[in-house]
Amino acid sequence: MTVTGTQQSEITRDESSLRRFLHGLPGVDQVGAQDRAAALATRSIKTTAKAWAIDAAISMVDLTTLEGSDTHGKVRSLAAKARRPDPSDLSTPTVAAVCVYPDLVATAVEALRGSKVGVASVATAFPSGRASLATKLHDVREAVAAGATEIDMVIDRGAFLSGRYGQVFDEIVATKAACGTAHLKVILETGELVTLDNARRASWLALLAGGDFIKTSTGKVTPAATPPVALVMLQAVRDFAADHGAVRGVKLAGGIRSTKDAVRYLVMVNEVAGEQWLTPDLFRFGASTLLNDLLQQRHKLATGAYDGPDYVSMD
Amino acid sequence: MTVRKTYKLYIGGAFPRSESGRVYPVTSSSGDLLAQAAQASRKDVRDAVVAARGAFAGWSGATAYNRGQVIYRIAEMLEGRRDQFAAEVAAAEGLGTAAAEGIVDASVDRLVWYAGWTDKYAQITGGANPVSGPYINYSVPEPSGVIGVLAPQQSSLLGLISVVAPVIAMGNTCVVVSSFARPLPAISLAEALGTSDLPGGVVNVLSGSAAELAPWLAAHRDVNGIDITGAAPEGRANLLRSASDTVKRTYSPAGGRADGPGEEDWATEPALRRMAAFVETKTVWHPLGI
Repeated sequence: MTVTGTQQSEITRDESSLRRFLHGLPGVDQVGAQDRAAALATRSIKTTAKAWAIDAAISMVDLTTLEGSDTHGKVRSLAAKARRPDPSDLSTPTVAAVCVYPDLVATAVEALRGSKVGVASVATAFPSGRASLATKLHDVREAVAAGATEIDMVIDRGAFLSGRYGQVFDEIVATKAACGTAHLKVILETGELVTLDNARRASWLALLAGGDFIKTSTGKVTPAATPPVALVMLQAVRDFAADHGAVRGVKLAGGIRSTKDAVRYLVMVNEVAGEQWLTPDLFRFGASTLLNDLLQQRHKLATGAYDGPDYVSMD
Repeated sequence: MTVRKTYKLYIGGAFPRSESGRVYPVTSSSGDLLAQAAQASRKDVRDAVVAARGAFAGWSGATAYNRGQVIYRIAEMLEGRRDQFAAEVAAAEGLGTAAAEGIVDASVDRLVWYAGWTDKYAQITGGANPVSGPYINYSVPEPSGVIGVLAPQQSSLLGLISVVAPVIAMGNTCVVVSSFARPLPAISLAEALGTSDLPGGVVNVLSGSAAELAPWLAAHRDVNGIDITGAAPEGRANLLRSASDTVKRTYSPAGGRADGPGEEDWATEPALRRMAAFVETKTVWHPLGI
């Protein structure tokens, strides 16, 4: 049984069928989504489950630096942290990837050589996405040529909000082609899409166009990742997998700073999408300060004493 | 009809109930039930330390003059509620009205005394050092950071102020565990603090058992010092040992003996020792001439 009951080729035949499909998706009950997200956040995760969750969360972190002030030195120190998040405890897992701007990809690749840590690069005129398609694709090809294994693209929110779904779809398809073997994460920037209905439509649009991951936000817009948005996106990948057999991932980025928040999202992944998604291949946190809090909580479990920021590296 | 007051904790400038939901009965010295006070848990300690750490940058970065003004303002707020505090101290410590009022007055005086020291302490313990070289060399005291304070168990107001004021006068922020049996003046003091320009989180007041909460403070890796005045004598060695794991500054009650006598006499004018306990001396060498 399919959730939406339509073949993929039929949906994406032309812009009007795409529009018909996206507007035919069931509307999101906003209050219901908020309640469900809030209810899942009340689960108590303790002791061994907490230890597992912390290690899982560390392994799902895309350690990110996306500042105008980034330097090669900062990327190298971030890479060192990605390889060995806690030098005092070698049982700590490595993070999933380091996420940087395209011009710093080569530095990150060099610093991570020989490790399993991926190199993700934002591209397509991140964060606004306001550039010509040619420029965006050039941005992507450069990042891939420099060795990026994952590309985080932004959708054209202006086009999406004015209903030009075909344009957004075509851009994602073109970007996917430019990625080659690199994984494509599609940033929806849900903070600018305003409604949960739009978040659901954009999720489906990105999945239909071939995005390997759908990602909440650039981290430059507030609100970024919120529990109701995460809920809607996790439902989308679950339903997409049921309909079309392709299992795609979700990345939450922006505003997730505490272990408590991260664990709540893991609960949501398990309950909404399914246990299958509890792996770095299908679920990521885009974060910079979250890792330090995860490490501090890991220390707390190991030593029994509350930890402090003096015992983790500054980024 | 009198409105019954809810005695809550004071964390980060707000008055939450204990995370644990626990309360415990507080009785007067003659055994009458006075109120149900919140009984803080280790998670309240955790939250209070986070609040204190958050407030540290602003409070330690304020000028010593400004800190003095704020502490003086606390004294004003205390004085304005003189009758309330006198009644609470009288009930808690079993004193007559005159004696309790004397304690409130002494507490106001104590605050003013420490308010005066904020911008003078550096002149006593800091200064220019004579060195044989082309340098100007000087030392200044700087606050240690977040301090855990175990307030005295007997003296519910004067003793409390005598241990908290020196810590904040030096620019530290603190997490205070009040007297277990006599917490009500501490919570009322928190209400005075909340209306006295003291930034939220500089002083956090937890009512509850020092025996339960102190080990969490002593072991906490984001706490920079601990004053064990209110700890039971038999627990002090363990607290100091635990604090040494993270090289905390510690303050032990007068004489420093773990098995020392009862509480110090809070009525006498304090020395500089409590201020000296929670500062770090920074020495700067600055090239001269050339």
